[in-house]
Amino acid sequence: MSEIGLVVVGSSWGGLNALSRLFAAMPEEFGVPIVVVQHRSRHADNLLASLLQDVTPLRVVDVEDKEPLEAHSVYVAPANYHLLVEKGHLSLTTDPLVRFSRPSIDVTFTSAGDAYRSATVGVVLTGANDDGSRGLRYIVDRGGRAIVQDPATAESITMPAAAVKAVPEAEVLKLEDIAPKLVAIASSTVSRAQQKAG
Amino acid sequence: MALQVDETLPSAAALERGYDPELERIEIELLLEGIYRNYGFDFRSYAYASIRRRLWKRIEAEGLRTVSELQARVLHEPQLMEKLLLDLSINVTAMFRDPSFYRAFRQHVVPTLRTYPFIRLWHAGCATGEEVYSMAILLQEEGLYDRSRIYATDINEVVLQRAKEGIFPLDRMQEYTENYIAAGGKRAFSDYYLAKYGGALFDASLTKNVVFSLHNLVTDHSFAEFNVILCRNVLIYFDKNLQAKVHGLFYDSLAMFGVLVLGSKESMRFSPHEEMYEQLNGPEKIFRKAR
Repeated sequence: MSEIGLVVVGSSWGGLNALSRLFAAMPEEFGVPIVVVQHRSRHADNLLASLLQDVTPLRVVDVEDKEPLEAHSVYVAPANYHLLVEKGHLSLTTDPLVRFSRPSIDVTFTSAGDAYRSATVGVVLTGANDDGSRGLRYIVDRGGRAIVQDPATAESITMPAAAVKAVPEAEVLKLEDIAPKLVAIASSTVSRAQQKAG
Repeated sequence: MALQVDETLPSAAALERGYDPELERIEIELLLEGIYRNYGFDFRSYAYASIRRRLWKRIEAEGLRTVSELQARVLHEPQLMEKLLLDLSINVTAMFRDPSFYRAFRQHVVPTLRTYPFIRLWHAGCATGEEVYSMAILLQEEGLYDRSRIYATDINEVVLQRAKEGIFPLDRMQEYTENYIAAGGKRAFSDYYLAKYGGALFDASLTKNVVFSLHNLVTDHSFAEFNVILCRNVLIYFDKNLQAKVHGLFYDSLAMFGVLVLGSKESMRFSPHEEMYEQLNGPEKIFRKAR
């Protein structure tokens, strides 16, 4: 099992509620940076970041170009940009919409898979389209891991169902089980790192 | 032959063939070095993830399989370099993108500009010109256009030509009209264009005081002193070192108390020039040269 360096989360319809519940359950000591791509209107402001900040002990960052990735932080993709992951930081682009979306979950997931390869964990939550499934496939093909919200527990089943279809080896979890799972993966990472240091 | 290019994951097919990412990085660096030495266009310090996406789109569109194959063809076929230049240099934009910026500009920058007898603006990386026309409209409505001169520059001759023509797609006029109203526009947006040539042809009075010109932010120097520099969503395509270099160019090109405008998600936080500017209050990325 390889160590994880980045978690990327994609959501669309119903995502606000799902993200709030997911991040409310994340502990303060969670040390792996988390990037969130939630579909929204091109005019949306930074309301999503402040809503998440109200419920989570992690630091929530409304991403600006070249934002460095740090521990204990959640990075929210801004409206009307694509977010690309580079090793250690994030870049934004105004490239054309991909499958009617900007930000596109697939675009962010792909770049995460390229930059962090087997150290990437992709998480697909509720949504009413199939964005994310191709990016999740890509992450797994690069050696990373995939978690999908159990479509039966999702406000909108299309996106998680498409992700499960594209990535049959993904772990399918109820929403409330995703935070504990991420903690378990990350803590195995930390203890391995400590063993190495010791 | 029209090849199907995968818009989402242009490099997915290569991954399936077992493409080694370390080798790919070497090949991309060699390609960019070759382009620089042979053609003079310097993309070596562009942000890697986005340039990589754009390169793979071209590789797939040409039916090629590796970055090295693209390198061989680009170095021997100037026509392909022209295509690639378009792929790599076009920054997608919209008229009155981020309407709140234009509102803030009217409110906080225009009053200062009114005190100047002559106003020089530089639109750096203007691409197809949507934002140049937006600023020209704003200056006209504020009664400042006649004493303004806008220098609109880009690295790419093809897009500059399109900018000069001032014809934008009709199907975007609804979006632009919404933006214009939200930006504090004072007239009917349709006053500014005619449906013509299958597009929206913008009024020639808007470019009366605009100078369109080739300029390469990476390799060219400062060419005048400006009161306003607009460079929105261009530097995001550069890596941090190149951003710092271009910020040096902007600083040298601004008059004291001149204004630098960046895109709404761009920051001076990561730039060595941060302390030379004061940011205007509020969320907009409007910086005034203060020292």
